[in-house]
Amino acid sequence: MLHEVLLVARKDLRVEWRSKVTIGQVAPLALLVLVVFAFAFDANARLLGLGAGGLFWVAVLFGGTLLIQRAFDLETDDGNFDAFRMSTIGAPSLFLGKSLGVFIQVVLLELVLGPGVALLYDVRIDDWFLLLAAALAGTVAFSVCGVLWGVMAAGVRVRATLLPLLLIPVLAPVLLAGSRAFETAFGVRAEAGWTWASVMFVIAAVHTAIGVGTFGFLLEEG
Amino acid sequence: MSQIPDSKHMTATLGTRILGSVAVAAVLLMTLLGLVVSPEDLVQGHAVRMLYLHVPSIWIAYAAFVLTAASSVLFLIRSRSRADGGRHHDRLAGSAAEVGVLFAGITLVTGMLWGRVTWGTYWQWDARLTTTVLLFVTYLGYLALRRLPADPIVRGRRSAVMALISFVNVPIVHFSVDWWRTLHQKASLSVGRRPEITGEMYWTLLYSTLTVTVVASWLIVHRYRVIRLEELRDEEALNALIASRLREDDVGN
Repeated sequence: MLHEVLLVARKDLRVEWRSKVTIGQVAPLALLVLVVFAFAFDANARLLGLGAGGLFWVAVLFGGTLLIQRAFDLETDDGNFDAFRMSTIGAPSLFLGKSLGVFIQVVLLELVLGPGVALLYDVRIDDWFLLLAAALAGTVAFSVCGVLWGVMAAGVRVRATLLPLLLIPVLAPVLLAGSRAFETAFGVRAEAGWTWASVMFVIAAVHTAIGVGTFGFLLEEG
Repeated sequence: MSQIPDSKHMTATLGTRILGSVAVAAVLLMTLLGLVVSPEDLVQGHAVRMLYLHVPSIWIAYAAFVLTAASSVLFLIRSRSRADGGRHHDRLAGSAAEVGVLFAGITLVTGMLWGRVTWGTYWQWDARLTTTVLLFVTYLGYLALRRLPADPIVRGRRSAVMALISFVNVPIVHFSVDWWRTLHQKASLSVGRRPEITGEMYWTLLYSTLTVTVVASWLIVHRYRVIRLEELRDEEALNALIASRLREDDVGN
């Protein structure tokens, strides 16, 4: 199974490596969002510092949604789902492989956004370990949820508008928990950052279990 | 011959006509009880009357979403074994979700009006309000997914999985938002706990819950039948198109 998961993830990453959409288009766009947030807050350094955790996750959500959209457009445009159905790769492996591919791309996006937030919003990091654990949990949760909803919106003409509508309400707890955990890591909120990080791990585990169990239904044709 | 029943039997039967009449009469009595018989609250004043619609609405919305989730599970389990592909369960899930969204919307509107009078503002980032609005938008998304043009069984499977995830997500959303902040007053009625309201108010609230349940059941039955009619219409249109193409081919040959 691990071999199949890696095979699917490698395929997606190879496509991404050749097109460089994540680094070339999505990451600059997400950075632009960080700049636009500063306009919305009238470049108030104190407000931006207080909200930096939340703004980071909103930018990840924005850029990540585009990545998920793209991950499934690649499959549907060339009719790859038919190939998957005929292949021996099981639905759980496909789900985990796609999730791993999205996870790595979102990590790349975060590696660009993180320094962007630190520099533009003048953020000081108090707890690196919490920051990394929360980022890991949030990114896993985002990736598995994204793949689960991405396949539902795949192949329909209104997918560009449908995917965010489906995804954002489900990811609301991740955004909330990620923001709080990051704020604790940045030292602007003396609150249970680790508990919020744990919430994200639970969300990631629940959605991974649902994805492994139901992805097969979502791939089937009538 | 068309499978679509004639207009007399399209959406109503004797049973649902009686249920509808009972629902209308019950709503009239509920209005009377809520606006006239029930006294105003010592703290909330006349705003308490809003709760006779607000509280039952969210109960019914939750119940409808439970029905959607249960029907979705049955659809996923039975779609391969039943002759109709389990579409009965799919229709039930869809009609319950529509009614659930309607009552979640009513809950939000009445809650905001109640909040304006009691809290002095239409919106507070309170746990239950935030959870309800997320729930409302989640199921709006579910209805949007159901409206997509696709093979009914494929669409049904996607919708069923979405209904399941949405349902599993409700406690996660509620827990995280509740933890985030809470201002909302404690539940007015709950099983196994002494109610915080008594007398006419308590009975009016119980009666309103019963009334809203009857209204919701009536709506679900009718929505189920309308969804079934839409499916029959689509199937007939498709069959007519295939028949006309075959005739064209015959003429061509």
